[in-house]
Amino acid sequence: MDLTLVIELLIIGVTFFMLINASAVLVLAERKIMGFMQQRYGPYLVGPHGVLQPLADIVKLLFKEELRPKGADKWLFTLAPILSVTAAFAAFSTVPWGAETTFFGLLDRPVKLGVTDVNVGLLVIFAITSMGVYGIVLAGWSSNSKYSLFGGLRASAQMISYELSYATALAAVILLAGTLSVREVVDSQAGTWFGIVQHWWIFLQPVGFIVYAIAGVAETNRAPFDFPEAEQELVAGYNTEYSSVRFALFPQAEYINMATMSAVATDLYLGGWHGLLPFYTPVDPLIEQYGLGWLAFLAKVGGFLFFYIWMRWTLPRYRYDQLMHFGWKFLLPVSVVNLILTAAGVLYFNG
Amino acid sequence: MAETFAFYLFSGLTIVASALVIGQRNPMYSVLLLVASFGAMAGLFIQLDAPFVAVVLIIVYAGAIMVLFLFVVMLLNAPQEDALPYDHTHPFRHPVLMRFGGLLAVLLVVQLSYALLRTRDLHVAVAGRSDASVVSSVAELGRVLFERHVFAFEATSILILVAMVGAVVLARRESGQQ
Repeated sequence: MDLTLVIELLIIGVTFFMLINASAVLVLAERKIMGFMQQRYGPYLVGPHGVLQPLADIVKLLFKEELRPKGADKWLFTLAPILSVTAAFAAFSTVPWGAETTFFGLLDRPVKLGVTDVNVGLLVIFAITSMGVYGIVLAGWSSNSKYSLFGGLRASAQMISYELSYATALAAVILLAGTLSVREVVDSQAGTWFGIVQHWWIFLQPVGFIVYAIAGVAETNRAPFDFPEAEQELVAGYNTEYSSVRFALFPQAEYINMATMSAVATDLYLGGWHGLLPFYTPVDPLIEQYGLGWLAFLAKVGGFLFFYIWMRWTLPRYRYDQLMHFGWKFLLPVSVVNLILTAAGVLYFNG
Repeated sequence: MAETFAFYLFSGLTIVASALVIGQRNPMYSVLLLVASFGAMAGLFIQLDAPFVAVVLIIVYAGAIMVLFLFVVMLLNAPQEDALPYDHTHPFRHPVLMRFGGLLAVLLVVQLSYALLRTRDLHVAVAGRSDASVVSSVAELGRVLFERHVFAFEATSILILVAMVGAVVLARRESGQQ
């Protein structure tokens, strides 16, 4: 059998494996960082320094009893977590995570690191992440509980509101790169300006990047925008009635969505696998030469994820009306103005 | 072979899901089945080498409009939509009118089947005019939309705007009214 084909299939498997484990690693990272920020150790008992804590969590979740409220909608109650986690996994399918590589000359033709590459990849990511809201909304509705219902309602309102700013911010990058394929957007960021600053779109789109980061947090329902599961008001929001594996799928989807959001930010604004630091370093040509760009990519994604967690344990939750006002009256106008200015700039310099 | 199978799978799913949308008592299921119908339709567009249209269909209809529908259904929280008892005294239920309506329905079926039977060489026309690279190219699609069909495009957007203003006016309460 063709070795290249085997490697290509293996890459898909590796992506899936990384995403599954991303949630376990992120749970641990979240608790460890939270502990650090609150001047305590965090999980410490399972394994050295508590690194096996996710394993214990998984075992606990698997062996819990699976409960379904009496008045719950049987089909949708089961469907909701599946939909949630499927959309989360599928959204990563068009996110590339490394340059074309032959693995130090091992293969006769280069393979692309990433599941697949379609010419409307960016839109596919939009489409699938917008499907993710169904999981949360259905979970909220089918549980037949007031807390869950409110969580689901908030989720749908919040995700629709912030999807607009999120998409408009990304549209500016699409204009700059002139393509909808994520891989081509990344490759349009190769090289440097004047040999000093990396040719990353974040330097031309600082406003767009900030809008994307804020809207991305709201899209993934993370603090300070975690209204669908606001503990103090809604017990646990949309997943109040869930238990066991069905419950576990919701946080898993959330962490995978975080990873996708960070990976897309890295690909679109931070140069993907081109360059490690914002300015030119002598390491960059070495990375390109040996095809190790995916390490730079992972480092950037890790940094973005740390930022996510950092924000969660630093900022208090907003009020719900503040969220809506902020999204519609500030974030959306800013991103639209940013898009218009970018379009004018592209026309002026390229037209 | 695989393509034919995929075509029948997607079109079958579209038809079944669309039929079930109106066959459901629970509006929540209707909304979800409509989403499923859109998903299957997107599959058909991908088979026609138009991934852009497929993805936009998902984003706009399944991702935005249907979520709003779901939102409204949840807000009303109407689990069962009970059918009204059959009202014989309603003016539309007059026997003459009902026969006229039945005649119109039969006419529609005849017309549609005539149109379907006549378009036997449809696939030839499609294959001749659209080579895959033109349809799948976003730039080409944008050019057609904003150059040849720009009037229809702008007219539609104004129509939608007018409809939105109309909805706001209708929904707005008068200042003194409760």
